[in-house]
Amino acid sequence: MTSKLNLNQDHVSQARKYAKNVADHTQNFINQHTTVATERAICRLLGINGVDELDVPLPNVVVQHLVQHGLLASGAALMLGNAMLATGLSPQEIAEKISCDELDLTAIPMADVAAIADIINQTAAISVDKIYQNRCHRNAMLEKYGDKTEPYLYVIVATGNIHEDITQAVACVAQGADIIAVIRTTGQSLLDYVPYGATTEGFGGTYATQENFRLMRAALDAAGDKAGRYIRLCNYASGLCMPEIAAMGAVERLDVMLNDALYGILFRDINMKRTIVDQYFSRVINGFAGIIINTGEDNYLTTADAVEEAHTVLTSQFLNEQFALAAGLPPEQMGLGHAFEIAPDVKNGFLYEVAQAQMAREIFPQAPLKYMPPTKFMTGDIFKGAVQNALFNAVSIMTGQKIHLLGMLTEAIHTPFMSDRAQAIDSARYIFNTMADLADEIEFKDGGIIQSRVADVLAKACDLLAQIDKNNLFATLEQGIFAGIKRGRDAGKGLDGVVPKAPGYFNPFISMMLEGGAHND
Amino acid sequence: MIDYNNIRPYGDTAGDGKVQLSFTLPVPNDNKGRETAKTLAKKMGLTDLNVAHSGTLDAGFTFYVVYGSVTHSVDYAAIQVQAATGDIMDMDGINTYIREHIRRKVVIVGASTGTDAHTVGIDAIMNMKGFAGHYGLERYEMIEAHNLGSQVTNDDFIAKAKELNADVLLVSQTVTQKDIHITNLTELVELLEADGLRHKVILICGGPRIGAELAKELGYDAGFGQGSFSEDVASFAVQEMVRRNM
Repeated sequence: MTSKLNLNQDHVSQARKYAKNVADHTQNFINQHTTVATERAICRLLGINGVDELDVPLPNVVVQHLVQHGLLASGAALMLGNAMLATGLSPQEIAEKISCDELDLTAIPMADVAAIADIINQTAAISVDKIYQNRCHRNAMLEKYGDKTEPYLYVIVATGNIHEDITQAVACVAQGADIIAVIRTTGQSLLDYVPYGATTEGFGGTYATQENFRLMRAALDAAGDKAGRYIRLCNYASGLCMPEIAAMGAVERLDVMLNDALYGILFRDINMKRTIVDQYFSRVINGFAGIIINTGEDNYLTTADAVEEAHTVLTSQFLNEQFALAAGLPPEQMGLGHAFEIAPDVKNGFLYEVAQAQMAREIFPQAPLKYMPPTKFMTGDIFKGAVQNALFNAVSIMTGQKIHLLGMLTEAIHTPFMSDRAQAIDSARYIFNTMADLADEIEFKDGGIIQSRVADVLAKACDLLAQIDKNNLFATLEQGIFAGIKRGRDAGKGLDGVVPKAPGYFNPFISMMLEGGAHND
Repeated sequence: MIDYNNIRPYGDTAGDGKVQLSFTLPVPNDNKGRETAKTLAKKMGLTDLNVAHSGTLDAGFTFYVVYGSVTHSVDYAAIQVQAATGDIMDMDGINTYIREHIRRKVVIVGASTGTDAHTVGIDAIMNMKGFAGHYGLERYEMIEAHNLGSQVTNDDFIAKAKELNADVLLVSQTVTQKDIHITNLTELVELLEADGLRHKVILICGGPRIGAELAKELGYDAGFGQGSFSEDVASFAVQEMVRRNM
């Protein structure tokens, strides 16, 4: 790709270097800690599923048992492996016995560590293989039906009832959607457990549960076969259960996961240590599973001004890139986010949008960029909203965005009607077709508004990253640099679920997944 | 000439009653479906119908755009609306109001107190991201919002309120058993009074089982139940501050 922006490559490589320093520094902290959510994800991947008679998920029962006995720091793998050797039971059977107080992990003498590692690795290999098979199946389906070159049309369903969601999702596929995201119910990100089973009640969305994942996956596979396309399924590996949801999604063959390194800290007031440790394992899983992550930079612009704070979006993209690389997630799976959120009354606002989108395209050339539609300045005037969305669609096709979240003309009124999505899909298909090769035909004026804007934003992002490198990430978050939100390093939700690892701790999935990632395909 | 005793929609001629409707029916896109859409519009009180567009959404779902003339009219002169008491402003309006009338940032401290571990209520009102499209207080430029989270004891809550020089205290009680929320809310008022703080703050409680009446009864300035948003709470709080010369 030839640059249309006359990018200052020194700034790009400096910015990347600073971001890498920040990620490396933070990785030291990550390597020394584990969390309740990380351990629950390990339990799930070792085959523990189901709930006790009080509807408490068994992974929570096991991890709570470890917490109560001060064993969280030793990790679920070590303690379960030890119990497997002593009892001959499976992790699931052990979890069931713990839940009815028939087994106390502390009462079992510790066996030889190598023997424990051996039995755990054998058990871990079962899920790892299942996830690998899912990755192969996705690749085979994409081979069979082909994958589109233009942006993927991404729509959301949010009825609260998984069965109603399926009706809507299947209709979206018939209309031409490529990615279906099932929005989660309000508040799920702050639950420190994952609900169980098929669910029919939610507010503004549907609970992310493994059964709901499975039901939607089956429905989309059927609808995709009918339409002759592979339909991608998206959910949210975010909040207090980041790695657990990643594990469930990998097992049920989700294709896309919202998964930002900083979003939960800023927008859900989740403790930064918790999120930073949780995001690592969730990304290792997503990376291995071939799942595209979507990062949440668009959210900054719903808080901060899109013209003034554009450099914080780029800064966060650089950081998300480095945190993803550290977790073995290849650039082709990095759906770095940004958004069309400049106020409609800003003169030349469209040019600034083009500048930002083209800049992301050129700085992250392999990333399937996630581009979010206008939301902040949608008013309820649906006719104007349709025009705003059309301009957004135009930027997307002109700058080669990849994951294109369709704007709804009824944004700010209600969760989308079936007809709202159909209108959005129609509009995007029209614009993507009528402007199909426009990007190849245009260049931007040397030193013009677009090039100057990019130079300015890039320089500011580079300065900010230098500063973050100097201060380190936690201190930066305490200063309120991102989205104007300050978070204390020992404040926020979920801090009590973070502990330093004890000697002998191990997570069998990290090395298996890092070594077997999608780069081998 | 507009007839204010018989107001009808205005398309391109006074009194023509023209309206546009769009809706989806769970039926196939064919003549029978179009006739169904027309009949439905007729039942809504429309005449002179034109099904301008019918589009297939899926095998059994069709989208219609229908134009027609409404046969009803409304006596505009007879319409009465209640005069607003304490305006509900939007986020920008509240920021402007604070700038003009209070001239400094308003400090709001919120928590889910007592044994209640649920933060969904206080988060809906305070979190940056907000709830159902309504941004929370953390996003208000002229409000310094502190969300202390859940299971905060009344003593800690008061200590923090003093430390932060709070103008407004928000207490959320989501899930409670055996009316423990009433005991807990009452205790907070008593502690504030004992501390001589009660009259220095606007005290607001909220939750699905809390209404305006219960709040007053317990000694709070206001109570907000289900379906309340940050605008409702902040509009009340800032106007009450001005009324009390805070």
